[in-house]
Amino acid sequence: MKIKALSRSITAQQAPGSDVQRAPRNLAPEIHPFERAREYQRALNAVKLERMFAKPFLSQLGNGHVQGVYSMCKNPSSLSAVASGSGDGVVKVWDLTSREETWRTAAHNNIVKGLTFTNDNKLLSCGTDGIKLWDPYNSSNDSTPLATWQEGGPYTSLSFHRNGNSFAASSGAGCISVWDLEHSTAPQRIQWPNFTDTITDVCFNQVETSVVGSVATDRSVMLFDLRTNMPVVKTVLKFAANRIVFNPMEAMNLAVASEDHNIYIFDARNFDKAQNIQKGHVAAVMDVEFSPTGEELVSGSYDRTIRIWRRDQGQSRDIYHTKRMQRVFRTCWTMDSKYLLSGSDDGNIRLWRANASERSGVKSSKQRQALEYNQALAERYSHLPEIRRIRRHRHVPKVVKKAGEIKREELAAIKRREENERKHSAKKFEKRKGEREKAILAKEQ
Amino acid sequence: METAEKVETAISRVDAALPRVEQPNRALAIKGARTEFRSKAEIEQARRLKQAQKAYGRGRGIDVKSVKDKKLRRNLGNLENKYKTAALKAKEAEILLENTSGFIEPETELERTYRVRQDDVEKDVGIDVAQKKFELKLENLGPYVCEYTRNGRDLLLAGRKGHVATMDWRDGKLGCELQLGETIRDARWLHNNQYFAVAQKKYVYIYDANGVELHCLKKHVEVSHMEFLPYHFLLATLGINGHLKYQDTSTGQLVAELPTKLGTPVSLTQNPFNAVLHVGHQNGTVSLWSPNVGEPLVKLLAHRGPVRSLAVDREGRYMVSAGQDNKMAVWDIRMFKEVNNYFTRSPASSVAISDTGLTAVGWGTRTTVWKGLFSKDRAVQEKVQSPYMTWGGDGKAIERVRWCPFEDILGIGHTEGFSSIIIPGAGEANFDALEVNPLETKKQRQEGEVKALLNKLQPEMIALDPNFIGKLDLRSDEQKRADRDLDKPAVDIAEEIRNRARGKNGVLKKYLRKQARKNIIDEKRLKVEEMLKQQQERREEKHKEKQAELGPTLSRFARKD
Repeated sequence: MKIKALSRSITAQQAPGSDVQRAPRNLAPEIHPFERAREYQRALNAVKLERMFAKPFLSQLGNGHVQGVYSMCKNPSSLSAVASGSGDGVVKVWDLTSREETWRTAAHNNIVKGLTFTNDNKLLSCGTDGIKLWDPYNSSNDSTPLATWQEGGPYTSLSFHRNGNSFAASSGAGCISVWDLEHSTAPQRIQWPNFTDTITDVCFNQVETSVVGSVATDRSVMLFDLRTNMPVVKTVLKFAANRIVFNPMEAMNLAVASEDHNIYIFDARNFDKAQNIQKGHVAAVMDVEFSPTGEELVSGSYDRTIRIWRRDQGQSRDIYHTKRMQRVFRTCWTMDSKYLLSGSDDGNIRLWRANASERSGVKSSKQRQALEYNQALAERYSHLPEIRRIRRHRHVPKVVKKAGEIKREELAAIKRREENERKHSAKKFEKRKGEREKAILAKEQ
Repeated sequence: METAEKVETAISRVDAALPRVEQPNRALAIKGARTEFRSKAEIEQARRLKQAQKAYGRGRGIDVKSVKDKKLRRNLGNLENKYKTAALKAKEAEILLENTSGFIEPETELERTYRVRQDDVEKDVGIDVAQKKFELKLENLGPYVCEYTRNGRDLLLAGRKGHVATMDWRDGKLGCELQLGETIRDARWLHNNQYFAVAQKKYVYIYDANGVELHCLKKHVEVSHMEFLPYHFLLATLGINGHLKYQDTSTGQLVAELPTKLGTPVSLTQNPFNAVLHVGHQNGTVSLWSPNVGEPLVKLLAHRGPVRSLAVDREGRYMVSAGQDNKMAVWDIRMFKEVNNYFTRSPASSVAISDTGLTAVGWGTRTTVWKGLFSKDRAVQEKVQSPYMTWGGDGKAIERVRWCPFEDILGIGHTEGFSSIIIPGAGEANFDALEVNPLETKKQRQEGEVKALLNKLQPEMIALDPNFIGKLDLRSDEQKRADRDLDKPAVDIAEEIRNRARGKNGVLKKYLRKQARKNIIDEKRLKVEEMLKQQQERREEKHKEKQAELGPTLSRFARKD
């Protein structure tokens, strides 16, 4: 008879003289009961932890401005430089690492409408009294501008060319002027034929660098091509838009912040319908910006909140607000897409985490692994109601919540009315219009 | 010559397996002939994948090709690949398993494993194993019930007459000893070796490792059986009055209180796979309970007479029950079907199933160990002819048998104390240190306790299928989608009613009766009334035909249906 019984040596478990226990594994499913349920429980814990650690607000920059911040821009060649302009015409440059002001000047005698850094680290600002060029890095506070341009009507917005040395300015006279800083000649002017409304925002495409987009008060979105000096396409939306930005990674896509509380993402090649509509704000969206990765958007709204969106989703990923933050006019990402900045009516510039529960700083590999595992778990079970509920839960100011409820009710009423009208009129033979087509009124080539 | 014949028959057999179809030109086309060439490596890889799927796979995968949505197809494909790799990796990691399980193998045809005595085993195994066989003589306070902790390190002994002791049985170190001076019906470790519960004469008490009384559970009156669900931190008690109670030992709340309503229960066990409790009753039924449902999930008639003892294997596939009717039955609890039943010479008092599927049965003064009563690898379970090992027969009435986890040890509590015997091949050879660690240190135990509490499962998660948790509620999704779709064609009322009425009598009438109460006259109701009228007319006509057939005298016997 052959007999063998199980025996384990203790020394195999822990080498003599060592205080480290070995941890043998056996992956057989039968010794891991309730695998799915336990994993779900871990996912639930992970999601709760994530919400617990969500503290998005970092700080404000310096003492802010005396009046509201109505323009803001970052320096694309630096991680830490940000410029902001306020309602009293003061322009300040900030250092993000120290969160202090590094340069200031009383640039205009009215609202600073547009700001942009040039590729050689100069700063351009515009207001009703013209466009001014500053050198914030090499000049003292309250110095005089390097150059001034005043002809061509009140300017509303500025945008700098990706690699050339030229900038575009939109004006209240319905045209876009493009200056070349190297050849100080008369600007190149582009205009839609017979167009006289104020162009509120202009934006250079970062990939197709000679394409310029603009939005105007007559509810239109226009695209121009600088090479042919010709307008390309004009689309009229149902509501006026406040801001237009191009996706820095996908040259053809652009986002428009609309007065109707939504953000529309369009494919510039096809303006028949929006590619995506991002709904959530309960007041006009004042500003929108793509993250440098092109995957996410941040928007600031008149409802005093900031929302962060995934490019391809319809609802916001996160909503930020504080008690003291007033109407948000400007938001932007930092160049590493880890932080957000917001400039609001109360004159403060606030610094936020792009990922509310993320902490910067060096992590041990164990910690990193645990975070990654938690993230994967939350993703895996994200479809389950409890996890989805906790994950999506955000505290929203009472006013915003109430406004959202009212808005939902009203929209439902409108829809109901439309349906009733359809039922009892000739409309019932028409095909329904998709939500993404509804925003577009007309298109001109 | 012979080999040539063999080859020929083999060829003919191969040919016969493939059906041939005669073509119009009288050629024979072989159907299903394998034309593609697979290299040896490919065949080997496919075989390995199949093995890995069998051991470590999580059920059948999704047929990705049938998914129409491009993006979804891609994502699902990636996911399936991940699962496949995981299974393969797990299979490959088997090479790291350190221990192999024990065995007894007869060397000649005349040898029988059940003839092997404990002395023979003791002689053949190493001294470190032989030391694990011991005998505790505790003559006056018995019979004793015994319990091992989940990692098999500690032993809890409780004598009927009030003697409780815990010990680290390998070192022979006594943990605590209590003389309670009242009847003890059952004792049970909680999640680790720091706490244990004792069902005493009136209430259940919880003691810590030093024997200090921590809690008296006054809601648990006259408890006869207890079970602890380690992943849910639930202590389940079964009273003499038949009430099943679940107490959460981490929060202290009484989770559920369920009357079993079948008199005094006789046995209780848990299914370690899904945490469902199996209760054996006086009338031979076994009922399955979860704390979420007020009545038994399943009731099955297992024996003709009280069900003395129950045990479920760790994968939750088979249950072994022993009854007063001198029977021991093996049940497939996925289908609730009896697989086989065996005869015990006197009613068994206790049954236990080890990690590897050995079944120990204590009956009278003897203990019998069976091997291969069930196996997940076999499609049809054969009836085993002879036991694997036996023990006893020297006047000690067996009270309880328990397998020591991760060891080849069977603990037997009896009237004269406790015996620990060696049964080679009983224990799981390779433990997972992150799950239950038999060699854990104090630090690991403490950490493990915190982890276990963090991952504590809610009592609501107990169900027959423990994997229901991540599943989608497809029905409500369908409903939602239907509500959203405004352009869908309107429901045809007649069709809907007809579908509901198919094969059932009086559905239209029932509908109308219900509607009459509401006093609403709408399109649907009118339609239904009309349909009913038509139906009745048709019936009337048929009846008249039948009457005509039978003639004037017999017409009154025509059946109306």
